[in-house]
Amino acid sequence: MTLESFINEAISPWMLEDGPDKDIVMSSRVRLARNFADKLYPTSGNQEALEEVLQFIRKNYTQQEDTEQDSISFIPMKNLSMIEKLVLVEKHLISPHLIKHSDHAAVLLSAQEQTSIMVNEEDHLRIQVYYPGLQLRKALEEAYYLDDWLEEKADYAFDETKGYLTSCPTNIGTGMRASIMMHLPALVLTKQINRLIPAINQLGLVVRGIYGEGSEARGNIFQISNQITLGKSEEDIVEDLESIVNQLVEHERMARVYIYEQSEISLEDRVFRSYGTLKNSRIIDSKEAAICISNLRLGIDLGIIENISENILNELMVLTQPGFLQHYANKALRSDERDIRRASIIRERLNLKK
Amino acid sequence: MECQECHERKATLHFKHIINGQETKISLCEVCAKKKGYLSYPEEGYSLNDLLSGLFQKDGLNLSSTGATKSNQSQELKCASCGRTFSEFKKAGKFGCANCYASFGAKVEPILRRVHAGNTKHTGRIPKRAGKYIQQKRLISSHKEELKQLIEEEEFEKAAVLRDKIRELEKENHQNKEAGDNT
Repeated sequence: MTLESFINEAISPWMLEDGPDKDIVMSSRVRLARNFADKLYPTSGNQEALEEVLQFIRKNYTQQEDTEQDSISFIPMKNLSMIEKLVLVEKHLISPHLIKHSDHAAVLLSAQEQTSIMVNEEDHLRIQVYYPGLQLRKALEEAYYLDDWLEEKADYAFDETKGYLTSCPTNIGTGMRASIMMHLPALVLTKQINRLIPAINQLGLVVRGIYGEGSEARGNIFQISNQITLGKSEEDIVEDLESIVNQLVEHERMARVYIYEQSEISLEDRVFRSYGTLKNSRIIDSKEAAICISNLRLGIDLGIIENISENILNELMVLTQPGFLQHYANKALRSDERDIRRASIIRERLNLKK
Repeated sequence: MECQECHERKATLHFKHIINGQETKISLCEVCAKKKGYLSYPEEGYSLNDLLSGLFQKDGLNLSSTGATKSNQSQELKCASCGRTFSEFKKAGKFGCANCYASFGAKVEPILRRVHAGNTKHTGRIPKRAGKYIQQKRLISSHKEELKQLIEEEEFEKAAVLRDKIRELEKENHQNKEAGDNT
């Protein structure tokens, strides 16, 4: 496989499209959790019920249904190798939970990879929609569209006062999790992030690392999402989240100007050292790579480095994950082998330039 | 303060030992503390689920899953459609089916309140199929608000029109509900 075609695989087509504030907001995501009224939940562990749901979806929702321009394909988890599953997780198209319980699980995936519907995750259905940049409202609209489409042939588990009945009480009500992935290097560098995170938490929002629950903020990438799903409408939740994100974007921009004006030379030093490391290292672990990639992207955003695509952050973040490295090598790799492979893939990518 | 073990990183954890009245103190960084076996939490850290099931433990019956006696077990709440017991729910933090909510009833309320900042009532989207009746009910109540407003503003002609519309909707919805109950 050539590197070009491999990169194309790492980057979902939607990621290349433009979006508002895309230099800071990497993506907007809306997720809806839904269950059918008369079937036991995946959490019950009842294999028969799970298989029934899976077959129901396969039968009713796999005929080339057109969702505007995108066609949807049905992929049973059983048909995938472990590395292929890992690759889908690293692209955020399925969750680690789906891999762990993959016997009766599947994913409905759009060609653009902008929408994915997990079947038999913790709930019967998990509808996910991504948009580049800050476009939560659009993502919500598209999720509603899929929601209506899925509801056409079966009744959802819904209660007038409790809303959508999800398997976990943390999702009950709207069943919606809206989240934003942001690159905030200047807020980290100026340590402002330490003051901002507790303030954001107080507003009923959660700040996490790039791979969700329990993961650390690698490479200055943060995920911000709503915690509360009951008592507020979807539109209100999205509006609140958007207004916080807008403020963060503004703070990040100010902090970037501040560090640039304060000490241009030391910022340049930081950026070029990272660039040098990425261009020349022969062994690099994922943590160091994440830091260097973040610095490089900051350098590109501030015009310190030219001739490199600003998609490099999205691209290399996915390319350097364990699943992708093994996918590229076409075999399982030990962690020291991965560090070597990671260094070489980064060097190759930077030689491609644009 | 630096870590007393590696002398490199900052000490963030402070331990105090009292053995036979003899007190010793040691300050360590997280890495060294783990190495020396002072810390024993799982690698991925504390997940949201652990936190939640911790919260649930405080609610309802004080049944420990291992120590429960037979008489206790027979009294325990159990969901009739999926067979999940309340203590299983507390342990896993997950329901087994749509009926669990009704089965565990009032015991679930305080949990929801705690998780959702005191909220207990859904105000968001309603499914099209299952929710036609509810949707209309919401429409009627919003019309009633409007009606109140119109009367306050002494717009009686408009109010009369709206009143008739509400009556019509209510009649229609009553039929919807009955039709829905029969299916």
